[in-house]
Amino acid sequence: MFTQFEQWYAKRHDYARDWKERSGGKVIGYFCTYVPEEILYAANVLPVRILGGHEPQDVTEPHIFGMYCPFSRDVLAQGLKDRFSYLDGITIAQSCLHIRQAYTSWDLHRPTEFSYYLPMPHNVQSDHSRTFLRAELEQFKGAVEEWTGQAITDADLDRGIDIVNTNRRLLKQIFELRRQENPPLTGQEAMYLVLSSQMTDKREHNQALRELLEQLPQRELKRSTGERLMILGSENDDIPFTEMVEQVCGATFVIDDHCTGTRYFWNESVPNEDRLLEIANRYVDRVPCPTKDWPQRKRLEHIEQLIEDYGVQGVIVIQQKFCDPHELDIPAIQKVLKGKGIPTLFLEFDVTAPLGPFRIRVEAFLEMMRQEDLF
Amino acid sequence: MSTQIYPTEPLQLWGKAKELREKYYLNYRDAHKNGGLRWAGGAWSFDAVPAGLGRDVYSLTSEPYGATLAHNKELSLECLEASENAGYARDLCSYMRLYWGSILIDKYPYGGGYPKPDFIWQDHICCSHAKWYQVVSDLEGGIPMWDVDVAAGPYKDVTPAKVKYIVDQLQDGVEWLEKTTGRKFDDELFIEAVKNEMRSTSLWAAVCAENKAVPAPLEEKTMYSLYVLATLSKASREVADFYAELLAEVKDRVARGIAAVGNEQVRLMSDTQPPWAFLKIFRYLERYGAVSVGSLYTFGLEGIWEVKEDGSWGPRTTPMEKGLEIKTRQQALELMVDWNLSKPEWQHFYHPQLKTDMMLRIAKEWKLNGIMLHYNRGCEGLSLGIAENRLGLLKAGFPVMTFEGNMGDEREFDENMTMARVDAFMESLGVKKIR
Repeated sequence: MFTQFEQWYAKRHDYARDWKERSGGKVIGYFCTYVPEEILYAANVLPVRILGGHEPQDVTEPHIFGMYCPFSRDVLAQGLKDRFSYLDGITIAQSCLHIRQAYTSWDLHRPTEFSYYLPMPHNVQSDHSRTFLRAELEQFKGAVEEWTGQAITDADLDRGIDIVNTNRRLLKQIFELRRQENPPLTGQEAMYLVLSSQMTDKREHNQALRELLEQLPQRELKRSTGERLMILGSENDDIPFTEMVEQVCGATFVIDDHCTGTRYFWNESVPNEDRLLEIANRYVDRVPCPTKDWPQRKRLEHIEQLIEDYGVQGVIVIQQKFCDPHELDIPAIQKVLKGKGIPTLFLEFDVTAPLGPFRIRVEAFLEMMRQEDLF
Repeated sequence: MSTQIYPTEPLQLWGKAKELREKYYLNYRDAHKNGGLRWAGGAWSFDAVPAGLGRDVYSLTSEPYGATLAHNKELSLECLEASENAGYARDLCSYMRLYWGSILIDKYPYGGGYPKPDFIWQDHICCSHAKWYQVVSDLEGGIPMWDVDVAAGPYKDVTPAKVKYIVDQLQDGVEWLEKTTGRKFDDELFIEAVKNEMRSTSLWAAVCAENKAVPAPLEEKTMYSLYVLATLSKASREVADFYAELLAEVKDRVARGIAAVGNEQVRLMSDTQPPWAFLKIFRYLERYGAVSVGSLYTFGLEGIWEVKEDGSWGPRTTPMEKGLEIKTRQQALELMVDWNLSKPEWQHFYHPQLKTDMMLRIAKEWKLNGIMLHYNRGCEGLSLGIAENRLGLLKAGFPVMTFEGNMGDEREFDENMTMARVDAFMESLGVKKIR
C-alpha cells in the first residue's frame, strides 16, 4: 500500500529525471519548506526538496564551518557530489542560517541557470509581514516568469494553489486517521507520505493519496500500537530510527511536529481575490519554524493541541546537532510537557543515527512510561 | 636589535573611552534611582527609538554585555555553567549563554544583581536575536518585549517595500512603547537621536578609514575599546561627539606619522569577534611586527560606509551633510532604516560573496599582507559563510590563516595551538620575530 511512496522517496533522482524527460519541464531544488511551491507549480516547474543522503561525507569541510548542523552539510554534500545534476534551478526561502549556507555554497560551486533567495519575513506575528511577503512573492513570480519565458496568470496561480492545497488536504485527512486507537498506518509510513510529497509532482502524489485514502480505513495493522508517541524537533527524515522505534521497541509514532512532517502541510491557503496575498497569508499563518516563532511561542500551543488530539503518551524530542533555533525552544517545550505530565526523551541527531545506543535509550524511556502497568 | 621603525604615543582619548563605557553600565544599573527607565536589546537595535521616551532612558545592549562577562574569567565560567545547568545547549551563542547566566546567578559585573529591564527592544537578523530575549523574559517571569525583523534582504536589492516593512514595525513599536511605559513619545528627541546615530556610525567609519595609512595609527586591540561605544549607545550625543574628537586625534596621528605599533612591517586583518579572554594574540603578533589594522567586524559592525567617487570605501555621507532637514517621525524612520540596511555586517547574512567582496576591498585599500579568520564557535551569525570567505580570499591571492575558538567561552580556545598557528603563518609570510 505504501510501496509507491517509499519508492518515490528512495528513487527521488530517478523520478525527477524521468519527470523531466516526459514533461519537458524544468526542475528546481528547494532548501526550505517556506518556498512557495504554488508559484512554481503555476509555472509548470517541479519543486523538489533537497534532503541529505544520510551517509558520511568528506566534501563539505572547506565550505561550511563544523559548528553548523550536520543536516546543512549533508544537503550541500548532495550538490557537491552532483547527485542533483539534473536541477535547472535552486531556491531558498529565508529561514535558519544553517541551511542558508548549504544554499549559498551550492550557488557558488554548482551554479544553475536560476538561483533565487526569497527573503521570507521572520516576524510572522506582525501583520506587516503579509504585505511585505506579498511584495517579495511578486518579485519571485517575476523572476520565475523571466526564467521560464512564460507569464504566470491568475488562472495559473489558481491551478498552483489548488495542486498544493489538495495535497495538504489529503495528507491531513490521512493523518487524521492516526487519531484512532489503532491507527491504520505507522509513523514510518506516514513519514514516507510527506517526504515523497516533497519530491514528486503533487498531481501524481494526490492521485496516489486518493487511492490510499480509499483503502486505509479498512486496513488493520498486524501489530499492537504500543505507546502512542509524538516526535518533534528539527528536520527529520531518519527512516531507520523511526523503523527501530516502531518495529523493534514496539511503540507507534501517531503524530509529529517536523518540517518533514505536519509543519509542511498542516494549513491550507484561504481563498483571496489577490492570489499572491493568499499565498503570503498561508506561509505567514503556517505552523512556524522556531526561527520565526517569536515573540510568542505559538508552536508550543500547537504541539499541546496535537498531543491532546492524538492521545499522545510520550514525546521524543529530537534535534539536529548544533540546530540553534530548536535548541532555543527545547527547554521551554520540555518544561511545559513536564508540567502536563507528558514524559519526554531528548535525542541529538547526526547524519547517521547511532541505532544501538538510541535503542537502549528509547527502550528505557518506554519502560519508564510502562512502570504503572508493572506495579 | 632595534625594533622601532615608527614613532608611537598613547592615544589621548583612551581614558575617556573607558570612562564613557563604565558610565554607560552604571547609568543603566542606577536608572530607577532617579525615576528613569531601563531597556534591554541588541547592539544593532534601533536605539534612537526608545530615546524618544526621554533623556532618562538607558539601555543594556546584549552583545557587549556578553563580551564584558567573557573578559572576566571566573564570572564567565560561573555564568556559562549556570546556563548549561538550566538546560541550554553548550553550542548556542556564547554571549547569549553568558547573559542568561548573569540572570541565573543574579550578578552584574558593575556591582549588585542583574538589573531587570523595564522592557525589551530587540531587532532580529540572526536566528538567536529575538529568541535570546524570549528566554530572558522566561527567566525573569515575563518582560514586555518588542522585536523588529530587519532581515529584508541585502542593501544592493533594497526597495521601498523592504524599507516600509521595517518602518511599519517601528511605527507600531512607538505606539507599543507609549502603551508599555505610559510615557509620551517625543519626536524631537527621536529625530535628534537619529542624527546622533548617523553621526556616530559615519564618524566611526571615518576613523577606521584613517587606518589605510602606513603606519596604521590604530591597531585592532585598541579599536575594540573604541568601536564598543557605538555598540552601547550609537544614538547618544556623547558617543557621536566622542567619535568626532577621536577622528581629529587619529587624523593628527596620521599627519605626524604616529604608529599604533612602532615596528609595523606586516599588516593583517582579522574577522568576527575575537576570543575576548585571549586578546594577547594581538600583542603576540607585535613580536613579528605584525599589526591587525581592523576587520570587517570592527569597521562594519556599527560603521556605515559608502563607495566614494574615486571608487574607494569611506564613511557614508549623512543626510545632514547632504543638507537634508529631518522633520517628521516617518521621515526619520525611513532614513534610519535605509541607513541601517546598508550596514556592512548585515550583508553576508544573504550571501558570503557579498562579504568576500568587502573583505577583498579592505585587503587592497588597507594594504594588507594577510588575513586571520577566527572560526568563532560562539557566534553563528558572524561565522556564517566564513569558510567560503576563506576560499574567496585565497582565490584572490591573499594568504589566509584560520584559527578556531569562541568569543565568549574560553573552554573552546586552545591558546598554544593558536600561537603555533600564528608562528607558522608568519613563517609562510616570510617574517621573523623582531623582538
